[in-house]
Amino acid sequence: MLALLLALCLLLSGCHGGVRRAAYTLPSDFDTSREYEITFWAKTESNVTQANIYRQAAEAFHAIYPNITVNIKFYTDYGRIYQDVITNITTDSTPNVCITYPDHIATYLTGDNCVVPLDALLTDPRYGLGGSEVRFDAPTADELIPEFLDECMLEGHYYAVPYMRSTEVCYVNRTYVEKLGYTLPEVLTWDFVWEVSEAALAKDESGNYIVNGQPTLIPFIYKSTDNMMIQYLQQQGAGYSTPVGEVLLFNDDARAFLKEIASHVQSGAFSTFKISSYPANWLNAGQCIFAVDSTAGSTWMGSDAPLIDIDEDKMVSFETAVMMVPQVDPANPQMISQGPSICVFNKQDPQEVLASWLFVQYLLSNETQIAYASTEGYVPVTTKAQNDPAYQDYLSRSGEDNDLHYAVKLDATRLLIQHTDDTFTTPVFNGSTSLRDAAGQMIEETAKGVRRKKVIDDAFIDDLYAKMVSLYRLEESLPGPLPAGSIALLSGLGVTWVGIGAYVLIDHIRTQKRSKNR
Amino acid sequence: MKKLLALLLALLMLGCCAFAEDASTGDSSGDSAGDSAGASSGESAGVPAVEAKSEGVMTYAEYAAAALDAEVVIECYVQATQSWWDNKITVYAADQEGAYFLYELACSQEDAAKLVPGAKIKVTGYKGAWADEVEVMDATFEFVEGGINYIAEPVDLTAVLGTDELINFQNQLAIFKGMTVKAIEFKNGEPGDDIYVTLTLGEAEYSFCVERYLTGPETEVYAAVSALQAGDVVDVTGFVYWYYGVNTHITAVAAAQ
Repeated sequence: MLALLLALCLLLSGCHGGVRRAAYTLPSDFDTSREYEITFWAKTESNVTQANIYRQAAEAFHAIYPNITVNIKFYTDYGRIYQDVITNITTDSTPNVCITYPDHIATYLTGDNCVVPLDALLTDPRYGLGGSEVRFDAPTADELIPEFLDECMLEGHYYAVPYMRSTEVCYVNRTYVEKLGYTLPEVLTWDFVWEVSEAALAKDESGNYIVNGQPTLIPFIYKSTDNMMIQYLQQQGAGYSTPVGEVLLFNDDARAFLKEIASHVQSGAFSTFKISSYPANWLNAGQCIFAVDSTAGSTWMGSDAPLIDIDEDKMVSFETAVMMVPQVDPANPQMISQGPSICVFNKQDPQEVLASWLFVQYLLSNETQIAYASTEGYVPVTTKAQNDPAYQDYLSRSGEDNDLHYAVKLDATRLLIQHTDDTFTTPVFNGSTSLRDAAGQMIEETAKGVRRKKVIDDAFIDDLYAKMVSLYRLEESLPGPLPAGSIALLSGLGVTWVGIGAYVLIDHIRTQKRSKNR
Repeated sequence: MKKLLALLLALLMLGCCAFAEDASTGDSSGDSAGDSAGASSGESAGVPAVEAKSEGVMTYAEYAAAALDAEVVIECYVQATQSWWDNKITVYAADQEGAYFLYELACSQEDAAKLVPGAKIKVTGYKGAWADEVEVMDATFEFVEGGINYIAEPVDLTAVLGTDELINFQNQLAIFKGMTVKAIEFKNGEPGDDIYVTLTLGEAEYSFCVERYLTGPETEVYAAVSALQAGDVVDVTGFVYWYYGVNTHITAVAAAQ
């Protein structure tokens, strides 16, 4: 009977399409007599150097393990990877290794044993991190920075390892701030940024902005508005979600923040990437003063940026300051920790999975970590790489050139290293991706609402909240009484377990009676 | 007794789960209402008839004159689409007076399959500009039954290239003749993603792009552009897209005639 119940539980808990697969078990030995071809879905920031580092990693790994060939598919958008993985779970054609975010893995886990839990793999003495059978100098589990690794824990298991870490920073045109009569504080506050942004809107008689002498200026542009809302709420001590996925986002602090944002969209002081395009392009053209973007976008920022996306004749000369994102309380700064992680997908052949895991370890080796981190304002995720003399030398040479040692990039990198303790992450659960999307979309809708001549009042925000709940299917995650379906399910499970317990007890008593009767 | 108890418990669980499933799915209606066959049997050859706009629909001139962020309602004909994704599709559209870029139209996968060249649609959205590309954003659409099936012929804009007049042809299908290839660059350094193409005409350089979501690696044009060599002289057809200046999305390339 217990077997029957177990089978029913498995059937009913069901996977979201795809092939049902047994949990992964690490083989006792890696079979090197066989050939393996594994696929790796990677993400680059439209940066050929990053793509080349991945290629070099695959080639170097192949040189060490000639029986493993890594085929790379490049993406420039995490969202596309996410959607493609979901599609491929249903057709059992996931990649072997994938760059991802923990939020996304939470959804992948709805597949049946689809993602390999890495707990055993991390610490296996032979094939684990830096294990005795690993043919290259991989980091040990102790050398993975614990805060970064912890971000990859879901439901009590490590389903990924961190690959790179970054945060958001504010790239500031210090020249214009000072021209406006302000001095940059040690830590930016929201109040300061709003005040300077409004002050920058003064125009001359010909209609040009006084600060830049141009007809165009958006003083404050934010790239990722989901991060904007999340960080503000965190700094404010307001709700976003509980660790188990209860949604707290639709609160009065968020409401007040949206109204504040609306007032600055109205004046022309603020816009977003989705509405106005890349903050870097506006900053570099002297048409933006505060550009918030990832440290992983630092090579696009500033007058001497090695990567540019606008005509050179539109570039303006100014001094760039790299600062923490605006804060509510400068004495207690808080900023998001983000950046790609790596997960391994389960396959029919455990040897193929082991081959994939070995490649993942190569991505964590100093060779890959230091090379990739140096392409942007990324930080390596191992102490082994961070303490490597080559990496320390790299950090110490800020500004020596405008390429590898570009000062803005290294300032952004150092900022994260110095403030790792001030970073936070949001809870990960099935649906956390949707919640994040909703957080950003609320700002986008508010900004668009202003531009489309709508009144941003409580009624607008009430409608917006309802729209977000519906659009991102957050109804079941809102605080309040459990839905009827959940109550029924939990009650049924409770009754079932009571029944199982009663059966075991009765059976036990009968057995005892029979024994006594013998 | 054992069998009976097992059956009862299993049925109880089954019932609970089924009820929970019912209660949690709520409204998941999915299908969009009013979908109909898109393109009708009109004729695209020769000079196409110009259809009058329906009640409440802007002419192209009215659309062009509308302010940014204004709500717009247009009728147009699909010329090409980027790949459908996440219930959105980006459409290159036109009528006989001008062209439109419909960015990420809300669209089911089923409807996306009907957005074939020539299909007539009515679009309601907002006019926006992103990196100087004027577009319709946050839009919904419906198919218009009974209209003609219009596919624009490329307009020769070679003489207009490099002039302020070019912006007036934004989003139209155009041909640029006698262009010399200066450089071909694959995003990420290898075929698979966008191709950035630098062409010259006289002393001036112009940026073109093979947009992978419009014409991906499996298409003829992707292969043809991939094979171009510096110095080749070509006629290039594409949609006059803008990204901080003209950045035409290539749909065809051929040796210069």
